[in-house]
Amino acid sequence: MARLRGTGMAAVNYPTGMNLGGDPSQALVHATTSGSFIVTLSATDLGQGLRTVIGQIAAETLGVAYEEVVIDTADTDTGPHDMGTFASRATHRVGNAVKAAALEARQAVLELAAEELEAAVEDLVTDGHGNVLVNGVPSRSLRIADLASRAQFQYGRTIAGRGSFMKPKSGVDPETGAMDPDSTEAHACTIAEVEVDTETGEVAVLSIRSAYEVGRQVNPALVRGQIVGGAWMGMSHALYETTEPYYPSRDHSPKDFAEYLMPGPREVPEIDCVVLEMPSSNGPYGVKGVGEMTANSPIPAIVNAIYHACGVRIDSLPVTPEAILRGLDALA
Amino acid sequence: MTTELHVVGQSVARSDGVGSVTGRSLFTADRSFPGMLHLKMVRSPVHHALLKGVDLSEAEKVRGFVRALTHADVPHNVYTILGLIGVEPEEEFVLAVDRVRYKGEPIVAILAETEAAAMEAVSKVRLDLEELPAVFDVEEALQPGAPVVTHWGNNTFMFEGHNCRRVRYGDVEQGFAEADHIVEGVYSTSPIEQAPLETTGCIALPEANGRYTVYTNTQALYFSLDNTSIILQVPGNRLHFIGGMVGGGFGGKVDVIVEPLATLGAMKTNRPVRYVYSRSEEMQVSSTRSAWKIRVKDGVTSDGRIIARKVTSYADSGAYSRQTPYALTKHAANAAGPYAIPNVWIDAYCVYTNRTPTSAMRGFGVTMASFAIEVQMDRIAERVGVDPWTIRFLNAYRNGDIKPHRKPAEDATLIETMQAAAVLVGHDLPEAFKAMTSDPRPTQEGGR
Amino acid sequence: MDKVIVTFELAGRDVDVMVSPMTTLQSVLRNQLGHTAVKDGCRQGGCGSCTVLVDGEPMMSCLLPVEDVAGRSVITLEGITPTDGLHPIQQAFLDANGYQCGYCTPGMIVVAKALLDHNPSPSRDEVVDALSGNVCRCTGYLPIIEAIESAVRAAGQQEARA
Repeated sequence: MARLRGTGMAAVNYPTGMNLGGDPSQALVHATTSGSFIVTLSATDLGQGLRTVIGQIAAETLGVAYEEVVIDTADTDTGPHDMGTFASRATHRVGNAVKAAALEARQAVLELAAEELEAAVEDLVTDGHGNVLVNGVPSRSLRIADLASRAQFQYGRTIAGRGSFMKPKSGVDPETGAMDPDSTEAHACTIAEVEVDTETGEVAVLSIRSAYEVGRQVNPALVRGQIVGGAWMGMSHALYETTEPYYPSRDHSPKDFAEYLMPGPREVPEIDCVVLEMPSSNGPYGVKGVGEMTANSPIPAIVNAIYHACGVRIDSLPVTPEAILRGLDALA
Repeated sequence: MTTELHVVGQSVARSDGVGSVTGRSLFTADRSFPGMLHLKMVRSPVHHALLKGVDLSEAEKVRGFVRALTHADVPHNVYTILGLIGVEPEEEFVLAVDRVRYKGEPIVAILAETEAAAMEAVSKVRLDLEELPAVFDVEEALQPGAPVVTHWGNNTFMFEGHNCRRVRYGDVEQGFAEADHIVEGVYSTSPIEQAPLETTGCIALPEANGRYTVYTNTQALYFSLDNTSIILQVPGNRLHFIGGMVGGGFGGKVDVIVEPLATLGAMKTNRPVRYVYSRSEEMQVSSTRSAWKIRVKDGVTSDGRIIARKVTSYADSGAYSRQTPYALTKHAANAAGPYAIPNVWIDAYCVYTNRTPTSAMRGFGVTMASFAIEVQMDRIAERVGVDPWTIRFLNAYRNGDIKPHRKPAEDATLIETMQAAAVLVGHDLPEAFKAMTSDPRPTQEGGR
Repeated sequence: MDKVIVTFELAGRDVDVMVSPMTTLQSVLRNQLGHTAVKDGCRQGGCGSCTVLVDGEPMMSCLLPVEDVAGRSVITLEGITPTDGLHPIQQAFLDANGYQCGYCTPGMIVVAKALLDHNPSPSRDEVVDALSGNVCRCTGYLPIIEAIESAVRAAGQQEARA
């Protein structure tokens, strides 16, 4: 009877977008009289922080501070169509739609500024702090807040934009499966370290350490949130969760959290990550997306680590203590 | 255009954080409205049965009972959730008509003044059921003579004339013939519940102007609105869907299940109707991730290159297909893994069984493929006699490699990601692997 | 069944509620008193999202008949949040991103407050113990533990300055 340690790895990719495409997102952007910008959407934030990253993309594109952007979502009367938050599509597709709308609004700002500054639009830049200026000539600048007010009251003009993004829907060849399923792919490589108790069959996960490549991190803290939460969920899938513990029999199906097992704070391992950015060709600022994939590489990494620790190769999830003990018996 | 970024790339504070840490943000079930009714559902207690009768007489006597909704009240009762993107046939019943196909299937919706009254009335509805044999195992369900789950007569979803989603790339049999090793594995998983902390739910309100406002925690506002419009046969512009906070989704709030009936209830009673899942409904009745059974057969050369991969996958769709046909196609696009393999054959089946319908969950179609493939890669490594890093570097795909679904790989960075992981854990890779990149292979090696 | 009147102290003020017997404190707080920060994740004592402080002790309000708090003090997250600004524990959760969807967050903060009120410098083990009745599906718990530990450090620095 012993506690045996092992490590295991897994390397995966994960596609961005509703499979085959045909999943549009649209956005509207308009300036208020005080130079804030409202981004109107019908996209839903599931708690991952979509509102925040969309606000960042809008602010970046408009050339204003993050605090000047208000995200107004989710309401079908005011927000234009969006396919939904799933398939790791939101930052990519909603982000692209918002970027397009923000570019149009930005263009309206620059055109007005060009008139007032008597400069060419191409010579104007934004400084990220709410100012438009002639490139290299900081004395020739205007505040976007003032431009927005004058646009309304002096010129009777809108400072607004509309944006849409859709990857056109691909067909699937019924014979060969030929298709264009996704916009881009993110990647992950996870190494898990486990300790198997050969007396009880229980597996403790000691560490989950991963490298992720996600195109562009709009908000690194929120990306880390997905990686850590996903590592926990992957561990949970690998070792604990099932609605049918005796699948395919439906007996003893859990009804509540007491019966639906998931690891608690005591079971959480050390979770460590490094994130690479190799921008995609078609995401806003090179974004790929990360929301779903973070449970995927931990699962086989843990299963492979179990084999390395005690020689039991288990091909069925969840890996229960009973399965480990039966496996050890079979080896003996 | 300046390349310096000011906001993108910064870990700015979330705009909705204060609402969460003060608890001031309202979730769907935190709202209430004067005159609001509570909807509780009568559900099938058995796995598979003929539904011969429903007796509401005792339920109607419960103090606080307002009315019941049956299939006869639903304008378009048979629908399919992916009908909006052209998936056929229509096969799921908003409320059961003459048969139930899974334990928990909705039969009658009870509307009452209080939750307690609704639950009491539900308990007093009498069902006349004649049980039928049920099938729970995917391979058994595909055998001739198995109990048939669907109303249109088959236990497997048809993909344009085929009984599975197919990928055919190169010649796997030729690959197996040329291989030095054949490595096989069977990988199986059981269903998993998304289990968000906040259960699925909505409140539907009749408005004075003849429209209906639905507060919902769906992940897809317009998808829910459009399906509700179809099921209730009302123009979409009479529906106003409002989201806001979602207490976890993970794919568990993409099926359109509560909104149509709550809205129908609001239409029939002219009062707000609240339909929120209990925790046991969320655990047992709301759709789960499919169970999968994935058979992998690989032909591998003596130096560890995978030259043929055959994958046969079964997704257990449960009693109705919901979003699983979509998952099978996504699965087929990803089932061979991020590797350059010249001969690939994939058959991916969507199989009906008498269990809770399965649907989307985080990593839909791909999570379990990754599990199968990555355990398989270690099996191959052991057979060939190399370590797990080596087998993956040898086979890693690169930009320009043709994937089995015939799309050239782009934005491939598996090699760089593995290199970074090796550094993170202090694993010293051989120089050849450290020097690898995802750049397209030199053309002398020929296309794959 | 006849209804009963129960009087208890909620965030420092007496409240009277009229209930059918055995109505849970959770139901009263959410449906009669508007304290919707008390969440409703399971009604089975399995998730901790309904946690409130009863005489300073963390309790699952979904398991407590309201009669049991008669004459006692109840504090929800609404009672912990100051009129202006944030309680230091709330600020710590904000700064550490100790939340994602926000549904478990009220319960977590209530439990954290109870812990730090009793034990101003808990070990990590003691923090983990305190959280063991609260489920989070999103964060993987580490950011929550880090938030509480940073609140402990911040309070220690406040103490040192005082």
